[in-house]
Formats: sequence, structure tokens, C-alpha cells
Amino acid sequence: MTTLESLMNAPAPASAWVLAQDCAETGLDPEAIRAEMARRIGEMRASVERGLRSDARSITGMVGWNAKGLWDAPDVLGAPLLRRVQAYAMAVNEENARMGRIVAAPTAGSAGTIPGALLGVADHLGLPDERLVDPLILAAGVGKAISKRMFISGAAGGCQAEIGSSAAMAAAAVVELLGGSPRACVHAASLALMNTIGLVCDPVGGYVEVPCVSRNAFFAVHAVSAAQLALAQLESFIPPDEVVGAMASVGRLMPAELRETAEGGLAQTPTGLAVTARMEGREGESGMIELPMA
Amino acid sequence: MSLLDMIGPVMIGPSSSHTAGACRLGLVAHHLLGEAPRRAVIGLHASFAKTGRGHGTHLALVAGLLGYGPDDPRLPRAFEEAEAAGLSAEFRDVDLGDVHPNTAHIELHGAEQAVTVQGSSTGGGVIRVTEVQGLGVNFSGSNPTLLLRYADAVGMIARVASTVAADGVNIAALTCTREARGGQALLAIELDQALSPEALAFLNRWPDMNWVRPLPKLMDG
Repeated sequence: MTTLESLMNAPAPASAWVLAQDCAETGLDPEAIRAEMARRIGEMRASVERGLRSDARSITGMVGWNAKGLWDAPDVLGAPLLRRVQAYAMAVNEENARMGRIVAAPTAGSAGTIPGALLGVADHLGLPDERLVDPLILAAGVGKAISKRMFISGAAGGCQAEIGSSAAMAAAAVVELLGGSPRACVHAASLALMNTIGLVCDPVGGYVEVPCVSRNAFFAVHAVSAAQLALAQLESFIPPDEVVGAMASVGRLMPAELRETAEGGLAQTPTGLAVTARMEGREGESGMIELPMA
Repeated sequence: MSLLDMIGPVMIGPSSSHTAGACRLGLVAHHLLGEAPRRAVIGLHASFAKTGRGHGTHLALVAGLLGYGPDDPRLPRAFEEAEAAGLSAEFRDVDLGDVHPNTAHIELHGAEQAVTVQGSSTGGGVIRVTEVQGLGVNFSGSNPTLLLRYADAVGMIARVASTVAADGVNIAALTCTREARGGQALLAIELDQALSPEALAFLNRWPDMNWVRPLPKLMDG
């Protein structure tokens, strides 16, 4: 079984080891996987570009204009990397909320974190998309190692399982992109996860919009931050697989109300309840949607 | 679960479990019907019933019934496409008992045939089909899958397995359930590759075989 420990001790680059392991297990062709990952980077980039241009509202009207707003606003902090990473991440999740095409990574609700961190850093440094294929494979390998011990959905383990996993995957990918060792990649993932423990999944009205869209922006930056620490040789004191175990145990301890049921947290604020009531009104009393008969 | 399931699927938003997985459940029914769909009755259980509408679960299911994948740009217009294609769909909130919260029960009719499929969307776009034609199965669509319905008799599984082997195809997993001894049986075989058209035609010609359906690989990995 692929663990973060085995990944940490793999020969560099970690992505080559992940690809070889996975293809041995599934019988898939490594070059076909690389070609498909290259295509998925193109899909991620297309969703970022559409998201940065559009300010159309989602069906609930809760999100849709934030990525464009941030991208068009002056960079008052003089922190172009920060703004780029956040805008890219929100662009993807706003596209997602308005029924646009995205790459689930690992889920649709957390789809902006990896493009935000990986494409954001690459564009900031002027690196071409070909360089992103191997880091993306490593991100997938980290996600797979996490999912062996823990579900990666907010409904199963809280938002730590969903966006925490995407941030861990993104952190490892950024470290590999910048030439870090397999050990540094895995410690970046671990640091990102450690700082996500206990995060509740409380979508307002049950929709993947609030706080999900802005949460992707925060966690894309979180991933880059973890990558920066690990590239400077900082390590997670708790061994990475133990961190995943702790996340799994916190997820199980968390009441169902805090795991994507919209029965706790932000979803139960007066505004959250008003959104739920408004959307239920739109769906009609009968709870049925009929297609016209042909 | 492969690397392509972790970075993927490429899909139309907003929820991998409520949209991409729902679309794949519709696709299973589409392929198993084997002709143009005319009328669907879709039961939505628990979370699918509660939060499906805003997540496009209804659109995604209808898109799947029309044969569209989770990344098809026509998915948000699935209701209009269904009307143009002559497919009507009716949704009901149902209680399917102690099953996964994201479960749908699909009854799909064509001009000649009908099929029922029950399955769950278990997260990240992954599905598990649990019932076909009222009989229990257990497959995910991550492999090409062959479904056969026949009158239960001694040696049927061995005969089917040798036909598959003669076609040079390896069996990854197999489930068989029957209504009663000597009654109708359902065999679901997950394969490493799809069966050849010749082998399918051969199986279809058996007198005791009343339903053979090949389901293509529906997942990325």
C-alpha cells in the first residue's frame, strides 16, 4: 500500500515513483496517464480563464463575481503571487458553482485549490505548462495515499477531508515543481493537513458556494505557504501518515451536523436559513420537477 | 482508484457526488436500455432528494440517460435536449431504506425495452450500481461490464466464463444473483477489456439467454 512514508522515502522525483507504482497496480500505460494529466492541466487553465472573465451569478446568487473582482482590483498589498493564487482558485470554484466545466481535484468543491496553487505559482514564475504534468501526478499520488486511510469528502470527514486533502496535494505539487525532494513534498502535504484539522463542512443552503469558493482561495494560499516552509527544510513534527490518521479520527468524532448536511455552522445562521428557505421556495411545493412530455 | 480519479473527473459543476456521479448513474441506465430512451421515472433518496435540485442532480441524471458524460457541455441544457430527443422524465422523492444517502432508482423505458437501475454516488464522481432489473449487483463502472439475464440452470456461469475466456478477455470480478432456484438469474461480470461483438452475438443466440448488455468503462482510472 502506498503510504506517505513510502512516498517520502522514494527516489526523486517522487512523481516518477508514484506513476510507476500506480501503473503497476492498475495496468494502465504511464504515457497515457501523462498525456491525460497534460490534457487536464489544459482543462484547469481553461476553467481559470473563463472564471476570471465572468461575473455571472450562480443559481443561488450567492457567488460568481469574486474572482473577477479580485483579478481586476489594484494589488494594494504589492503581493502579486497572493492575488494570482487566490483569483485562480476562486475562478475555478465560481465556474463550478455556475455549472461550468472543471476538473474535480480531488472533489468539485475543492477543485480550485490545485489550479490556484500550481498554475498560480507557475505563472508567477513564468514556467510553462509542460512542467506541471509531473507535479500534478504527485498531487494525485498524495491524494491517493490520503484516501487509503480517510475519505476525501466533506460529508464523510468534514472540510478537512475535502479541502485539507486538496491543499496537501497542492502543497506537495508546488514543492516538486520548485525542485524539492520527495521528503520535502510529503512534509509540505503534512504541514498543510496539520493546519486544517477540525475544519467543519457547513455549506450555506447545502450548496457548494459559501464558504466553499473563498475557502478554495484561502487554501490555495495555505498550500503555497506549506510548500514554502517545506522548501526551507521545515518538517511536520508528527509523521505524515499519523497526521492523516489524526484527521480521520477527528472526522469521525465530528457530529453529522458539521459534515456537509447544512445542519450546523454557517448554514444555520439567520442568513443561511433564509437562503435555504428562498431556494426551497423556488423549487415549488410538490418537490417534483416535470419535464414536458414529448 | 487510479491517479486519474484523484485529479478528475473533468466535469460540469457543481458537485462531484451530486452531479458527476448522478450523470454516471444515468449513463448506466442509458447503456443497459440499449435503445433510445422515451420515458424515465427517477426516485431520489435522502441527500439526492434533499439537496439534489440546486446541485443539478436532475439535469445530470437526464444528461446521463441521454448518453452524455459528466463533462458534456450539453449537461446544463439536459432538459431541453431531452425534450428534443423525445424523452420525458418524472422525479419522485423516495425512501429506499438503509442505502447510501446519494442513491437513485431509475426506471427507463424505450419503445421496446425497459430497464431498472439502482445505484449510489459515493463521492468524487465514483458510483456503485447495486441493483439491475430488481436483482442485486455490485459494480462501479470502472471496468467494461457485461450483464446477462437468463433462466437459472446448472453450468450457465461456466459456459459464460468460457465464452469470455475464448474471446481472450480476463474477468476482474463477478456477481450472480437469482430470484429463486430455476428462476431468473442476473450475472454481472467486470472485464479487463470489452467483449468482441462476435462473442456478444454468440451469447445472445443462446435459447435460455434473454438479455445481454455490455456496459462500457464509465470511470477514468
